[in-house]
Amino acid sequence: MSSEILQVKNLVKYFPIGTGMSKKNKSVVKSVDGVSFSINRGEIMGLVGESGCGKTTVGRTILRLHDATDGEVIFDGKDIFKLNKSQLRKTRPDMQLIFQDPYSSLSPRIPVGDIIGEAVLEHKIVPKSEYKDYIIKIMKDCGLQEYHISRYPHEFSGGQRQRICIARAIALKPKLIVADEPVSALDVSIQAQIINLLKDLQKEYSLTYLFISHDLSVVEHISDKVGVMYLGNIVEMGSKYDIFKNCMHPYTKALLSSVPIPDPSYKCDRILLKGDIPSASNPPLGCKFNTRCPSVMDICKKVSPEYKDYGNGHMVSCHLYTNSKYEK
Amino acid sequence: MSKESREKLKQISKENKKAVNHYEKIKKRKNIDPSEYIVSMKDTNNVIEFDNLKTYFYTDIGIVKAVNGVSFDIPKGKTVALVGESGCGKSVTNLTLMRLVQGPSGQIVGGEIRYKTESGEIVDLTKIPMSYMEKIRGNEISMIFQEPMTSLNPVFTIGQQISETIELHNKDMSKNQIKDRTVELLTIVGISRADEIYKSYPHQLSGGMRQRVMIAMSLSCNPKLIIADEPTTALDVTIQAQILDLMRDLKNQINASILLITHDLGVVAEMADYVVVMYAGKIVEQGTAMDIYNNPKHPYTIGLLKSKPVVNKHTERLYSISGQVPNPVNMPNYCYFKSRCEKSFDKCSGDYPSLNDLGDGHKVSCWLYDKDAKGER
Repeated sequence: MSSEILQVKNLVKYFPIGTGMSKKNKSVVKSVDGVSFSINRGEIMGLVGESGCGKTTVGRTILRLHDATDGEVIFDGKDIFKLNKSQLRKTRPDMQLIFQDPYSSLSPRIPVGDIIGEAVLEHKIVPKSEYKDYIIKIMKDCGLQEYHISRYPHEFSGGQRQRICIARAIALKPKLIVADEPVSALDVSIQAQIINLLKDLQKEYSLTYLFISHDLSVVEHISDKVGVMYLGNIVEMGSKYDIFKNCMHPYTKALLSSVPIPDPSYKCDRILLKGDIPSASNPPLGCKFNTRCPSVMDICKKVSPEYKDYGNGHMVSCHLYTNSKYEK
Repeated sequence: MSKESREKLKQISKENKKAVNHYEKIKKRKNIDPSEYIVSMKDTNNVIEFDNLKTYFYTDIGIVKAVNGVSFDIPKGKTVALVGESGCGKSVTNLTLMRLVQGPSGQIVGGEIRYKTESGEIVDLTKIPMSYMEKIRGNEISMIFQEPMTSLNPVFTIGQQISETIELHNKDMSKNQIKDRTVELLTIVGISRADEIYKSYPHQLSGGMRQRVMIAMSLSCNPKLIIADEPTTALDVTIQAQILDLMRDLKNQINASILLITHDLGVVAEMADYVVVMYAGKIVEQGTAMDIYNNPKHPYTIGLLKSKPVVNKHTERLYSISGQVPNPVNMPNYCYFKSRCEKSFDKCSGDYPSLNDLGDGHKVSCWLYDKDAKGER
């Protein structure tokens, strides 16, 4: 077995936007436009970016909840997009998703025990005789009490609901969990509880996470490896140290300096980005960041920069660092 | 449902009806005598003084004391931040200030909000007639709402929506003057194509632009106090940085005070001069931003600050406050934070601790810092 559990190669996902009945003027939203990365077993990869940059679409396409327009996803040695229905069904328990909003991702009509156990029965994860004990064990691992098993989701607070969602994912003994903004709907004090829980579970069950979030401080805390997305592309990727201490791409720099620091005596030189993120249906030519970049050059408006390794897997796509610029 | 619980619910709704009717009657009176609401300020440097404010919601399962005895001041030209988790009563505090609490279930049951109007009268905002409040609301005290996506009307242009406020409060201005003022406001908040934006509809603008429009609207009548209720929560970090920068600039330009309501401790550190920390309807700690961040006293404030991960500050494990916010119905008599507090001791099961001044206006409501209680520990 290779050390990489997930390899994403040049993943592309376009969503068509039609204009009414006519077949003309069909255009597409380029949600994900050529994303490549890989995650090793037991690693936590963080994916950050602003809203609309395609991070959620990446997560969903990897799990084949969307069919990709182009590209390859190799999960545990299998090409996810080439599996047929029954093969895919067998693979499903190995890859699970935790959703953003714990209020809308639990069915209000099903008791908690069944929410967690439904897929366990379906996929025959444990023998029927051990089923109940197994569910109770999973619930306890996720910080829920035994008597919660027959309660309904509306009886729980946001933090507890997120624990139910996590229990539901863990119960299938997955290898990879895609966590799509699992803490952004929660309060600060509850957020810390859930982050600690996710970290504990990762050690206990030797899980691999793809952690999608817009909160840089949370991503820094939890991840080993971070990818920064902008308009459907990963603009910079590297270890946590590379991104947070030694970032190269101007967008990452601006993003990091925009995070408010909870210390009133801290004064930083903030890089203020002008304007908004451009539309993904009509992205700018060349480097997609050129409309907002503080160190924009002529070449940025014509040629899109190469995605290059600058040592130890620190990948950056920016003209500032390509050799051609230094040669000139 | 058992018979007893049905009886109990009946009892609650009966009591609620009685209480609500009492407050509604007081509110609906005509010709309220000015002596009822004319008061005097504690300190003339304050724009607003909250004094023991109480807002309750009479719900079918019992009384929810959303704001339960809140007192703090907003000095002129300063930013005061109200911090707390969801459900702690920070939004209800500002709705009470604007007299926008949804009746009949929500009622202001006690306390004073003292405010000096432009005409020089010092009034209690909780008791003045609605017609008087309408002159103040949006004119002298304005508000920036949380959701720029939903707080603009989709069927009117940006220009119409901003000029509506100006027109209402400045009856002597001509149509052209109003338009000029609107375009000027749009320019002030950093919208480059102000003339074009004047004619566009909200759906044509991005989230950051809409929040700028909301800010322009709140500035339209040169307010003395701007209430910003989670102004950047719905925005991305890079846009948030732009909006915070804009608000800081504008505050200095027009010399207004800001009441900032947020749960983001990073935003507070950047913007606020004074911080008020709320928990379950009560103030647990208040002081200058430096006091709160560098020298937090209340176990809740300490926990809150520790549980937030900070960029470039490595911690192996996040500190987390165990448990969760208590049920707002039937709160105990003792400290509301006791069940989650690591430092609780015998005294905490007694009365609710009062706000103790530790010097220089840094106040904490915790038995740990009570001089008399310390010996017993």
